Amino acid sequence: MLSFIVRRLLQTIPIILAVALLIFVMFSVIPGTFASSMGDDGRGMLDAQVMERMNKEFGLADPVYVRFGKYIAQLAQLDLGMSFRTRQPVSSVLADRMWPTLQLSFAAMMFSIVIGVPLGFIAALRPGSIIDTVSMVGAVSGLSVPKFWLGLLMMYFFALQLGWLPSFGYGDGGLRYLTLPAVALGVAPLALLARTTRAAVLEIMNADFVRTARSKGMSEWRVVQWHLARNALVIVLTTIGLQFGTVIGQAVVIEKLFAWPGLGSLLVDSVTLRDIPVVQGAILLIVMFFLLVNTLVDVLCAIIDPRIKYT
Amino acid sequence: MLKTFAIASALALTMGGIAEAQTPRKGGTIRLTAPYGSSFANLDIHTSNRAQDEIYAKAIHRTLYNWDSAANKPVLELATGVTASPDGLVYTFKLRDDAIFHHGRKMTADDIIWTFNRLMDGTKAYPGARYVRIIKGAVDVEKGQAKTISGLKKIDDTTLEITLTSKVDPGFYFHAAMTSIYPADEAVKESFNSKPIGLGPYKFLEYVPGSRLVGERWEKFYKPGKPYADKVSISIMGEAAARDVAFRNKEIDTSILGPAQYVAYQGDPALSKGLLEVAEVYTRNMGMNQNFKPFADKRVRQAINHAIDSDLIIKRLVKGKAYRATGWLPLSSPAYDKNLKPYAYDPEKAKKLLAEAGYADGFEFEWTATSNESWGIPIVEAVIPMLEKVGIKVKIKPVEGTVLSEVVSKGEYQAYIWSNTSGPDPLEALKCFHSATPQSACNYTAFKNANLDKVLDEAAASEGEKRIELLKKANAIVQEEAPVWFFNYNKAVMAYQPWLKGLQPNATELAIQYPEELWVEESSPAAK
Repeated sequence: MLSFIVRRLLQTIPIILAVALLIFVMFSVIPGTFASSMGDDGRGMLDAQVMERMNKEFGLADPVYVRFGKYIAQLAQLDLGMSFRTRQPVSSVLADRMWPTLQLSFAAMMFSIVIGVPLGFIAALRPGSIIDTVSMVGAVSGLSVPKFWLGLLMMYFFALQLGWLPSFGYGDGGLRYLTLPAVALGVAPLALLARTTRAAVLEIMNADFVRTARSKGMSEWRVVQWHLARNALVIVLTTIGLQFGTVIGQAVVIEKLFAWPGLGSLLVDSVTLRDIPVVQGAILLIVMFFLLVNTLVDVLCAIIDPRIKYT
Repeated sequence: MLKTFAIASALALTMGGIAEAQTPRKGGTIRLTAPYGSSFANLDIHTSNRAQDEIYAKAIHRTLYNWDSAANKPVLELATGVTASPDGLVYTFKLRDDAIFHHGRKMTADDIIWTFNRLMDGTKAYPGARYVRIIKGAVDVEKGQAKTISGLKKIDDTTLEITLTSKVDPGFYFHAAMTSIYPADEAVKESFNSKPIGLGPYKFLEYVPGSRLVGERWEKFYKPGKPYADKVSISIMGEAAARDVAFRNKEIDTSILGPAQYVAYQGDPALSKGLLEVAEVYTRNMGMNQNFKPFADKRVRQAINHAIDSDLIIKRLVKGKAYRATGWLPLSSPAYDKNLKPYAYDPEKAKKLLAEAGYADGFEFEWTATSNESWGIPIVEAVIPMLEKVGIKVKIKPVEGTVLSEVVSKGEYQAYIWSNTSGPDPLEALKCFHSATPQSACNYTAFKNANLDKVLDEAAASEGEKRIELLKKANAIVQEEAPVWFFNYNKAVMAYQPWLKGLQPNATELAIQYPEELWVEESSPAAK
C-alpha cells in the first residue's frame, strides 16, 4: 500500500510543474499589469515614473525568461513570492483565505454527500417509484440551476423573507453564516452524487454476483450491505473526489455573492488587478488540494477494492 | 437652460437636505460597505490609490486636509491655520497640538515630513508621489539625489513650512488618503501593515481579509465629542445584488446603487426616502485619439458629438442615473459653467460636418470598451446605429478595465469609452488637455491646442475669481474642440437606512465618508 501511495504522490509532481508552467505562460502573455490596474477606476493613472518603478520593483521589467527562471527558483524553495497588492508573502495572503474556503467546501460536500448518496441509493432500490422520479427530477434541476441565481433566491427567502439567517458575510465563521453559501454551493454536487449513486447501484444490482448472492438465499439487507454498497462505493468515492476539486473552483461565484472571504474571491480580484504571484499561488494551491483529495480517494478505493492497487 | 438650472437646483437641494438639525446620538455601530471589489489592497494606504481602500482609510487615518462636502472644497484638518507667502509658493502650517496617534503619541511636524519623504522613496512606488511632487525638492529625493525634501522645513513641533514648485492650492493635493500621515516611529515596523496606527476617529480593531474591517472609537480624537458611534464596521461587498438583499434586510446601513437598482429604489415608497444623489467629479466620455487620422479633424469630433442622442441613452440605458455632460468640468466643479450648452442631437449637422472634413462617405473606427453597464459596451451598442446613420461604422474591441487603462495610456487605440475623474481641482482636471501633459499621464487623446495651453497657463498663474473665469474659458475651448464625446457626469447614488445620520454628499467619491460625522438613531439594529 505504501508503494502505491508513494507512486500516486510522485505522479502529481509533473502535473504540478505543468500547471505552474501553464499559469506562468498565460499570465505573461495577457495584456495589463498591476500598475495599469491601478488606473482602471478612472481616478487617474499612476504617473509614468511610479509605474516604471512599480514594474521594476515587482520584477516585471525583466525579460520573460528571466522572470520564469526566478519563478522556478522560488518554487523550488517553496517560496511563492510577494503579492504586488498586499506587499506581503503570497503564502501568508493565501493562508488568510484558505480556511474560509476549506470550511465552505467541506460544508458543501458534507451537505451533498449526506443527502445525495442515500437519495441515489434509495432511488436505485426503488426504480420507477415516486421517490426515484422526484429525486431524479430534483437532481437534474440541481445540476441545471445557476449557482448565482440559486444563491440570490436563498438569500431572498431565508434572510429577507424568513429572517432565519444572515444574507452575507463571514461573521464569526460559524454555522449561521456558513449555511446559506454552503447549501448554494452544495446543491450541484448533491444532484450529481444522487445520479451517480443511482446509476452505480442499478448497474451492480444487475451484476452476476448479486444474482448469485440472492439465489443463495442471502437476505436483501446483506446483499445491499456486502455487495451493492461496497461495490458502488468505489464509483461514489471517485465522484466525491472529483467534485471536491470542482466545488473549490466553483466557490468563486458563491464567495463573491455571499462576501465570503475565501480563495475564490481572492483569485478573481487578483486576476482583475494582475496580482500575478497571488494568482499563481492560489491556482497552484487549488490544484494541489485537488490532487491530494483525489490521491486520498484512490487510496480509499484501493482499500475498498484490493484489485485497484495492482492496476 | 431651464434643464441645467433644474439639475443644479436638484443638486443643491440634495446637498442641503443632508444637513441635520437633530442632536447626534452616541453609541452603536455604523455599518458601511466597500462596494468596489472583494477586498482591500492592504492596510498600508500609501500603496493604494483606489477608492475602495480610501473608504476604510478615512476611518483610521487623517491627512493634512479634508474634503468638505458641503462647501465642496478642501479644508484644513491636521492644522489649525495656514498662511501663504505673497508669491503663493510658501505655506506655513500651524499644526494641531491635540492630534494624537492611536498608540498615544502626539503628532508633530516630523511625522508629516517623514510621511512625505516616505512617499517620495525612489526605490518604492507609492502612488501618492504624484501629489508630493508639488513640493520643492521632492523630485530630488525621488531620483536619489537628496535624502530629504528640501521644501519641507520644521519650524517647531507644531509649525511646518512647505515650499511648493508652483502656485497651486495644496488642499487639492493633500486630502487624498494616500497622503495620510503616519507615525514615523511605528510605521517602520513590520506590524504596521497588519495593525495600522493613524490619527483618524476610529482605532483599528479587526480586519478579516476579504470580509470586513472594524474600527473602535478613538477616545482621544481631536474633534470634541466625535466620533459618535462606538464602532465602524466596513463590509467588503462587491456584488450589487447581494448588497441589495443585505440592505433590504437591514444588515448594512449604506449601499451604492447601480442604474437598475436606482430605478427599483426610486419606485419603492420606503426606500426612495433614503437616497443620496450627488454629481460626482467623473465625466463619462468617448476619447478620440488625435493620432488616428479622422479624429485629427475637429469637425469629425464635433460631428460625433452631434450624431449621438446622449439624452436618450441617459434616459433609457443609464436609467437617469447621470447628468448630461455639457463640457469636461462636471456640475460639482467650482468652474462649472451653467451657461454652456451641450452639443445638440443633430444628425444632419453631423453629416454636413463630416462632408466638410472630407468624410462624406463616412469611415470606420475601432472602439475599445469594457463591459461596464454605464460607460461600456452596452452604451457603445446603443451608439452604433446612431453613428451608422451619419455613415460612421464602429467595430467594438472588448477589453477589461486593467487593459483599458493600459492601452489608453499608451495611445494604442482609436477610440475608447471611460469614466474619468474631472475634479475636484478644475485646474488639474483641465491640464489633462494641456499639450505638455503626456498621454501616459492623463492627456489620453494626445490633444494639443496652443490657445488652450495659453489660457491654462494664465489660470495657473492667477488665483481666486480670475482663475475660475479662465478655467471656464478653458472648459469652453475643450468643449468646442471636442477631443471627446461628452456623454455624462456620474450621478452617484447611495441608499441609506433611515436611522443613519450625518452622511456627506462627497462629490469626489460618494462611498468615501468621514465616519466621525455619522451617527445612528436608536432604531438601528446595531444601535447598541
